[in-house]
Amino acid sequence: MSTPLAPTKNDLYAYTLRQADNSMVLCQRLCQWAARGPELEEDIGLTNIGLDLIGQARSLYQYSASLFDRPVDENDLAFLRDPHEWSNLLLVEQPNGDFADTIARQYCYDAWHLPFLEQLTASNDTTLAAIAAKSVKEARYHVRHSSMWVKRLGDGTEVSHRRMQDAITAVWPFIAEMFIADELDQRMLEIDVGVDLRALQSAWESQVSALLANATLSKPIDVKAIVGGRQGQHTEHLDDLLLEMQALPRSMPNHQW
Amino acid sequence: MTVTENSPTLSENEVKFEELLAMGAKIEPRDWMPDDYRKTLIRQIGQHAHSEIIGMQPEGNWITRAPSLKRKAILMSKVQDEAGHGLYLYSAAETLGADRTDMLEKLNNGKMKYSSIFNYPTPCWADMGAIGWLVDGAAICNQVPLCRTSYGPYARAMVRICKEESFHQRQGYEIMLTLSNGSAKQKQMAQDALNRWWWPAIMMFGPRDDQSPNSELSLKWKIKLFSNDELRQKFVDIAVPQANILGLTIPDKDLSWNEKTGHYTYGEPDWEEFFEVIRGNGPCNKERVSNRREAHENGQWVRDAAIAYAKKHAEAALSKAA
Ligand SMILES: [Fe+2]
Ligand SMILES: [Fe+2]
Ligand SMILES: [Fe+2]
Repeated sequence: MSTPLAPTKNDLYAYTLRQADNSMVLCQRLCQWAARGPELEEDIGLTNIGLDLIGQARSLYQYSASLFDRPVDENDLAFLRDPHEWSNLLLVEQPNGDFADTIARQYCYDAWHLPFLEQLTASNDTTLAAIAAKSVKEARYHVRHSSMWVKRLGDGTEVSHRRMQDAITAVWPFIAEMFIADELDQRMLEIDVGVDLRALQSAWESQVSALLANATLSKPIDVKAIVGGRQGQHTEHLDDLLLEMQALPRSMPNHQW
Repeated sequence: MTVTENSPTLSENEVKFEELLAMGAKIEPRDWMPDDYRKTLIRQIGQHAHSEIIGMQPEGNWITRAPSLKRKAILMSKVQDEAGHGLYLYSAAETLGADRTDMLEKLNNGKMKYSSIFNYPTPCWADMGAIGWLVDGAAICNQVPLCRTSYGPYARAMVRICKEESFHQRQGYEIMLTLSNGSAKQKQMAQDALNRWWWPAIMMFGPRDDQSPNSELSLKWKIKLFSNDELRQKFVDIAVPQANILGLTIPDKDLSWNEKTGHYTYGEPDWEEFFEVIRGNGPCNKERVSNRREAHENGQWVRDAAIAYAKKHAEAALSKAA
């Protein structure tokens, strides 16, 4: 048996950071719902998901930080990088909109995130595999929660059906990006560290199609994809999100909080 | 309740109720209780529940801006705990025949009150520290005795709530400690927050005993176990040494240690301001209630959808079974 090739430190740093950024940005979006949920139970439900995501982000940022060539910590990575240095998917930075928009974004992401993590548990990188193993259990709950709401809203009232359908249509341009592998993804896949993004697509599509049908919703067709998040080309929404999130530590650098 | 003042069984019921109270036993939902006992409890538990829910806002404001990942996670769970506290308390009120939807309606249209403390603004990160330390701290002083209150479901809800409130208090104090030991600017932030929250926290215990109309009956019924002034004194005695450790100054020039009583003597708060805030003229009353109403109204179609979906699928399951 030959020893598996190890990734370069830079590659592993960048790859880990991508996953951290996804969790962080989506968490920040859910934080914007605080005390604004449609009912108390849902304030609690959305916060549960947010807490899982921030836990994942922290583990991943801590690991990224350990791979960086200067001494940095999780907070430096979350609070001191500019928007173009963020490599999250465009999907997760999309604004909350109404509750249907939030649920559409969440479900589309959860349905991708769970199989992504399941694959990552088999990574040659033991730290990534361990973080993934812990996160898988959380993602399973997330997809259950968001898919339940897709069904309720899609197959609820006329109003909720229309809103849910609009929301699905609105997120659709950001779906394709989840399955596009760039050179880094490719390199990480070749050495069995990263996830095969293309392989996730068909399962995602059949699962989502089935749920949409069950929720009496139709799947958008002929949608032009919008991509660029992994390369730091973001929609303007990320600027606003980071401006708010980073304001205090940036205005008072080198402080303990 | 259909029992009337002149009912022949009333005195018998009343005797049994008094006996239970005297024994220190809990009154349970199935037990007979005087109408006013029930009304007082619904009002108090409802107000308490509303305070938890409105209390999510001043701190919810800072979740998106918390300056570190650890603080953000802690604040998220704190605000989530408060939503949970609201739920336990609405359930406790429902055991008395109240209805959560109806109570929330009354909160939204100003017919029920919540703790005035949440009508003060949180302009600064240090406010997250001061709220945890002083507001959750004062809430604990008020609520620990309620774990032994005479109404069973309320007492049990309070046991659970108090455990979490003491986490909140510690985490708030830790923020204050970090700021006080930080840069000069951070220490100033902490002092400012203390200056703004001290008197509102003192007033959380309600009016002075000689001016508190509801207290006497509540004490008799063991809904309340200590008077406002007793609880306030307890809070001051705990908070002053904590402020000293922080190296911060409590904004009360009359504050001094009284060797004879073994307690701190403190100054008189501005009660005029207190009553103004209760009357609805505090800095954030309108904002807090209108945010609550907005969340409620924006969520109406979601709640309607959940009900419609549940109904459809219950019907489908029924017709399948038939
Ligand atoms: Fe409370
Ligand atoms: Fe609470
Ligand atoms: Fe609390």
